[in-house]
Amino acid sequence: MTDTSAVSVSDRPADVAARLRKKRYAADRRLRAYGIGAITVAVGLLGILIATLVLGGYQAFTQTHVRVTFPISTQNVDADDLRGSNWRAVVTEGVENLFPGQSEEVRGLGARILTNNTQFFVRDAVIANPSLVGETLVLEVPASDPYDQLNKGVLDRDLPENRRRLTDEQIAAYDIVEEQGLVSRPFNWALFFNADSRFPEIAGLSGAIVGSFYALMICFVISFPVGIAAAIYLEEFAPRNRYTDIIEVNINNLAAVPSIVFGLLGLAVFLQIFGLPRSAPLVGGMVLSLMTLPTIIIVTRNALKSVPPSIREAALGMGASKHQVIMHHVLPLALPGILTGTIIGLAQALGETAPLLLIGMNSFITSPPGGVMEASTALPTQIFIWADSPERGFVARTSAAILVLLGFLITMNAIAIFLRQRLERTW
Amino acid sequence: MSTTLSARGATDMSGTSAPSTTQAPAHQTVRVPMVDANLPRLKAKDVSVFYGDKQALYDVSIDVPEKAVTSFIGPSGCGKSTFLRCINRMNDTIESCRVLGDITLDDQNLYDSSLDVVELRARIGMVFQKPNPFPKSIFENVAYGPKIHGLARSKTDLEEIVESSLKKAGLFNEVKDRLHSPGTGLSGGQQQRLCIARAIAVGPEVILMDEPCSALDPIATAIIEELIDELRENYTIVIVTHSMQQAARVSQKTAFFHLGKLIEEGPTEGIFTNPRDKKTQDYITGRIG
Repeated sequence: MTDTSAVSVSDRPADVAARLRKKRYAADRRLRAYGIGAITVAVGLLGILIATLVLGGYQAFTQTHVRVTFPISTQNVDADDLRGSNWRAVVTEGVENLFPGQSEEVRGLGARILTNNTQFFVRDAVIANPSLVGETLVLEVPASDPYDQLNKGVLDRDLPENRRRLTDEQIAAYDIVEEQGLVSRPFNWALFFNADSRFPEIAGLSGAIVGSFYALMICFVISFPVGIAAAIYLEEFAPRNRYTDIIEVNINNLAAVPSIVFGLLGLAVFLQIFGLPRSAPLVGGMVLSLMTLPTIIIVTRNALKSVPPSIREAALGMGASKHQVIMHHVLPLALPGILTGTIIGLAQALGETAPLLLIGMNSFITSPPGGVMEASTALPTQIFIWADSPERGFVARTSAAILVLLGFLITMNAIAIFLRQRLERTW
Repeated sequence: MSTTLSARGATDMSGTSAPSTTQAPAHQTVRVPMVDANLPRLKAKDVSVFYGDKQALYDVSIDVPEKAVTSFIGPSGCGKSTFLRCINRMNDTIESCRVLGDITLDDQNLYDSSLDVVELRARIGMVFQKPNPFPKSIFENVAYGPKIHGLARSKTDLEEIVESSLKKAGLFNEVKDRLHSPGTGLSGGQQQRLCIARAIAVGPEVILMDEPCSALDPIATAIIEELIDELRENYTIVIVTHSMQQAARVSQKTAFFHLGKLIEEGPTEGIFTNPRDKKTQDYITGRIG
């Protein structure tokens, strides 16, 4: 018999063993420390991002308003032709009411306190309630951007006059209004219910939100059925050969294609060849679905793969046909995974900017789209537009819009997590 | 029933030697005739199975007696499960798998292209190694087969089928108050009996069992074995098992597989008390496997 010279752990001298153990524990601790360090860095960076956005954007969630009393005199307003009436004169009289007993000069300076669109607010209010003709109308009118910034303290009174947007006289005129207690700063609902505008004080996201919603719907309607059908074929029916390998590699590549390339494709094919309208959520959704499709296919295939083979065998052994195995057993079990993946894919699509820029969804559009064929913006492109605008008010609004977009993304991901936990079944 | 020692030997003697599909060394299955067993309706002749280029089964021929339990024993990887899965064509799902030879049920070739696999699997049910109830209610589990095969004309019909299947599987009394709770919530042994009830529900002629007790504790195993003994009255049962004691307890006929070849088959008693082949003897005495 030959000696196999097996060494057992207990043969080792005690000090060697202790040293080895110590080294192993040290390695364990180091690995843990790396992990904690990485998490700390990630959370810290995320915190910085959110903090910057909140600090930059919180002021956009309120808006300075001025309470103005407009006399709706029959002299200026014709009850039979409300649209054609002289609303500019009505506003001028309203502004006079802000400065009782002040000179013409001060009133002239104060006229800019109200937003440029004041006459349309007054007009719409009177059209909505024609009995006001001959009476007076009290309206909370948004203050124009420089005065909004002054009220919020963004515009510094202590700067030398030539370095701020408002002169000493303009500030003095504003102070007269403020002393009368006519200035308030309520929550800025206009941010959600108004469409875009040249004037930051009345610009909102409703056009972008509706546009993004339409685009995502189109994207879902196209990519969900196509993606699932493709995944089912590849996973359950397709033979394993060179052609399916090529298809698989290409789908994986497609998921990694830069999104701007899809935008170019949309521009060249959907706009140029098919002649679909520019800036339309329909085209946006189609382009986004090109991007979501590979994600959904990959996620669905993984979900199908993770259904235990014992379930398939059980159904096949019962004499279920392939179609019955898939529709009755495999697909329902894979559904939580598929839904989660789809929502995450859609969330990615919601944040996608580059392809939308190329098909013209970054236009200046002042009303929400009435349908998928009408010109519209989307949330990320609206952020892009506002980030490009010079007015001081758009700085805060850009951050606010980013927060709104992040809010939507977090909501979608939360729904995905909720669905996964709710629908997931054990076997 | 053939009384010659080997089916292959018989063909060779008749002078029409079939072209051998394999280069494997010739082997002769030791066959001991069954005494007073029912006539076989399920027969396999010269079945060889390939996974790609690898041959897993070499010319297996065996008759399965009607309304009796036939057990396949042998060490891991000997091909017994592979052969079992050939009988209801579950190997069809494996792409690289090729089956040569004939398996017939009532003289109908199961590998004939005109045969409907879906119908075949309703006639030859299967119970798997790991209990695999669907993640649905107990009722739904049993009702699924009758539903897809259109066996129940009404809701009461279906309820009757479910009840009688659960009774035959000896599970009804334990679950009658919770038919609509999930089947996955049962214990392992109950789950396996649920799977048996599910297989019975479509009225099969043959039930294949692939190591049905290997994931169960001894008490659950004993219950299943008792059940198998009862089911023998009405069904032809083929069971693959790792446990020689189990084969000895439940089966009337035993077949010993080794390295893809059927070494010996015959009455269970004879195999365990008086094995004719040396390999069989080595295996049952624990020297190989």
